[in-house]
Amino acid sequence: MIPSIPQPRGVRLIYKAYVVAFFLWLALPLVAVSVFAFNDSQFPSLPWEGFTWGWFFGDARPQIGLFHERRILSSIWTSVFVAFWVSLLAVTVGTTNAFLFNRYSFRGRGFLYVLMLLPLVVPGIVLGISILIFSSRVAGTVQDLSGLYVEALRPGLPLVIAGQFSFITTIATLVISARLIKFDRSLEEAALNLGASPLTAVRTITIPYLMPALVGAFVVAFLMSFENFNTTLMLVGSDAPLTITMFDRLKEGSTPVLNAVSLLLMVGSGVLALVMISFQRR
Amino acid sequence: MTPGRLSFFLLLAPLVLWLGLLIVIPHIDMALVSLRARVAPGEYTPSLQNYADFFTQPLYLVTFARTAIMSILATAITLIIGFPISYYIAKIAKGRSQASLFLMCLIPFWVSELVRTFGWIILLRETGVISGLLQWAGLADQPVEMLYNDSAMMLGLVYTSMLFMVVPLTTTLESLDDAVIEAGYDLGGNGFSVLREIVIPHAMPGIVSGCIVVFMLSLGNYLTPTMLGGKDSLWFTQLIYSQFIVRFNWELGAAFGFCLLGASSLIVWGMLRLTGQTLERTMGEGS
Amino acid sequence: MMTDTPPDLECRGLAKRFDNVTAVDSVDFSVPAGSFFSILGPSGCGKTTIMRMIAGFLEPSSGDIRIKGRSVLGVPPNKRPVNMVFQHLALFPMMNVAENIGYGLRRQGVSKSEIMRRTGEVLERISLPGIGGRKVSELSGGQRQRVAIARCMVLEPDVLLLDEPLGALDLKLREKMKVELKALQAEFDTTFVYITHDQGEALVMSDKVAVMNAGRFEQVGPARELYYNPATAFVAGFVGDANRWKGRVTAAHGADVTVLLDSGLTLCARGTGLAQGDRVEIFVRPEAISIAHDPHAMGEDANQIAVQVTAMLFNGANSRVLVRDPQSGAEIDVALPQSAAFAGLDKGDAVHIGWNRDQSLCFADSGT
Repeated sequence: MIPSIPQPRGVRLIYKAYVVAFFLWLALPLVAVSVFAFNDSQFPSLPWEGFTWGWFFGDARPQIGLFHERRILSSIWTSVFVAFWVSLLAVTVGTTNAFLFNRYSFRGRGFLYVLMLLPLVVPGIVLGISILIFSSRVAGTVQDLSGLYVEALRPGLPLVIAGQFSFITTIATLVISARLIKFDRSLEEAALNLGASPLTAVRTITIPYLMPALVGAFVVAFLMSFENFNTTLMLVGSDAPLTITMFDRLKEGSTPVLNAVSLLLMVGSGVLALVMISFQRR
Repeated sequence: MTPGRLSFFLLLAPLVLWLGLLIVIPHIDMALVSLRARVAPGEYTPSLQNYADFFTQPLYLVTFARTAIMSILATAITLIIGFPISYYIAKIAKGRSQASLFLMCLIPFWVSELVRTFGWIILLRETGVISGLLQWAGLADQPVEMLYNDSAMMLGLVYTSMLFMVVPLTTTLESLDDAVIEAGYDLGGNGFSVLREIVIPHAMPGIVSGCIVVFMLSLGNYLTPTMLGGKDSLWFTQLIYSQFIVRFNWELGAAFGFCLLGASSLIVWGMLRLTGQTLERTMGEGS
Repeated sequence: MMTDTPPDLECRGLAKRFDNVTAVDSVDFSVPAGSFFSILGPSGCGKTTIMRMIAGFLEPSSGDIRIKGRSVLGVPPNKRPVNMVFQHLALFPMMNVAENIGYGLRRQGVSKSEIMRRTGEVLERISLPGIGGRKVSELSGGQRQRVAIARCMVLEPDVLLLDEPLGALDLKLREKMKVELKALQAEFDTTFVYITHDQGEALVMSDKVAVMNAGRFEQVGPARELYYNPATAFVAGFVGDANRWKGRVTAAHGADVTVLLDSGLTLCARGTGLAQGDRVEIFVRPEAISIAHDPHAMGEDANQIAVQVTAMLFNGANSRVLVRDPQSGAEIDVALPQSAAFAGLDKGDAVHIGWNRDQSLCFADSGT
């Protein structure tokens, strides 16, 4: 079953065919979405009515392209805003977590480590409702005590950011820890030996070493935030991120403008992924 | 306080704030909410009524059981489809093709679940591509509806989760030395016995972590059952959503949330116990 | 050629080409029953390729492999009557020692009680009785080694292949395992084919050694023959230590040649098929060189030089003296005799060295 073990030709061919079929299956829905972004029709379905860029750049009914559709454009910006803050926070806390678990042994370390992993095994929707319940209780208490209405604790972007941050931080921590574990501590000691202060040693030696992981964690966090649905659904207010907007539009019935948005998303994520990969090759 | 202790507490603070304010306390609060009943607007009494409702209303219990069973099924199907692919990537493909196959597995992950689901809708619905192709080929004389049933939903769940099975499996299989497989053959083993006694035991941590993640994702999925499933394929997350957003009955919704959390924890714990793995090891390796 | 009992292993015209690289180039050899055969060569010389072809993990491009007279071409590795001890042993980490040893027997469908009995027996023979329940990770390096051999020997193979199994051990343990492997081979009375890049392992253990270079066998023979009568410059350089110089033949009378080294020193040497003007390489082993304070003590050695000590390299029984010929500046490596007369030798001392013609091995320069 590895190349050095002789296998009958037929078995090898069937295996190969299975692998090819698998990847076709993997690509199929993505290809379908992309192709129909260019269909000159009101519906993303057969028959094929001819090629058009209208669903990207059209500015008059019935073809209003995504670049002229206010609701979609503003939800893309909302998503970018949320994703940026989630990634920034997650990478920051992920880095401090990685250092904490890598550099210190303390009582309760094992317990905290398991607790740190838990957000991965809590269903996203449960994370969403627990934060929703807690934040509205805090908001209610504040209002009862001081009469202040705290906008940030009501469903809306701050809560969406908090909800996504709550589990994406675990992933950022794991990504950064994986690289920090491989770091040779004697490099830091060499820096100290050459006259650096402990903080300078970390800043000039350890952080540059961690950079590929930091960038990787940022990109992964960004993409996970961008495409998150379950947690966001429970915490969203009036400004909807892209996935929520698209979900509402899909329920109303779809036009190829959704295909165009999807294709844009794929290209965007693809570019981000390539940036990350090329960064990690260095 | 020494500098070492100061930096220790500075590093500990974000962790404790994060886990405390966003994970631990909200869940305790959710537990408290689930254990009360509303007697009048703004007035509550401690009560087990919400859990009693869950266990006495057939709709809730049946939906819950259905969700759990379908998630287990989706996990098993993902494992069976994904294992040969992981094996191929880890042990048969070499060099560049190995790297590119692995990257290709990741591509769907870079695309939102919504887009993936949308793709299947375009393919499967009555006016969709497959229906159109079947008519064109003369295999069907009228549009065929393949959407809004359990099979379509299962397809969507497996598709969405595949990556989370293939990645940990490939990673653990890659760490299996070719020489160990060769030794198995050299000592007289055949494909089946090598698979059963050497490859699968070695891949166990990957299998467990893949299964845990896929099961969790299926159980907690909302989008795929909503978009691809039919009227009868109610998913438990849909019940939670409707209690919170539509009925505004947070007490019952919180109880449901706890039942979901309890079920997933129980199954994850059982899976870890059964295979002698720990969460730290499976999750650490899986990512 | 028909003989009464065919050799346990015989390779004829064995070759393996990968794309356009020839890894093994038409190799012939046979290994008689019950002997210890080694293939010695630098890494990348093709020895692993030969071993993997014998085990069945590679298909030869041409040639034949016969085990006990029967060709095994086309027989998959799990059906071949050979077993292999892998370079990193490839013990199954998911099984304990007894399960590892019983693995092959289970494949043959041997009954449970019989597997128990035979596993116990083989553990007895490798002097590790009662460790069957241990995990592989709990064993020491030497124990793992023996278990890996037992795992194969319990199947009573016609030929046991060993792929540099001592490579991962530290020096002391390696020395001990050499002796132990030889004893195990005698104990099991099975044909061993051993590949290694370590000449010490090959010379100590083997009945016969094949020295391999660039896909070909340079010479096959007992250790002594390789050492004292190397057939090629490669063997002379690879087996044992030697002073190695390049030069040009200035006179040749049959096998007796006179060579002017590039450093300016003139030596008497022995080499076949050489003519005046040929570029040659000369090898002189450090222990073939005798050393004396007094030139009259040198006797009739054809090569005698008055030299100066440049360094003492003390290493117990393997101590060396580095000397320099003041005329040509050539550096010569000489074994330090284990006698009190030279214990006080020091840098700058003047001594005389000499060796006879037969001990300067001379080969046409291979250009490397």
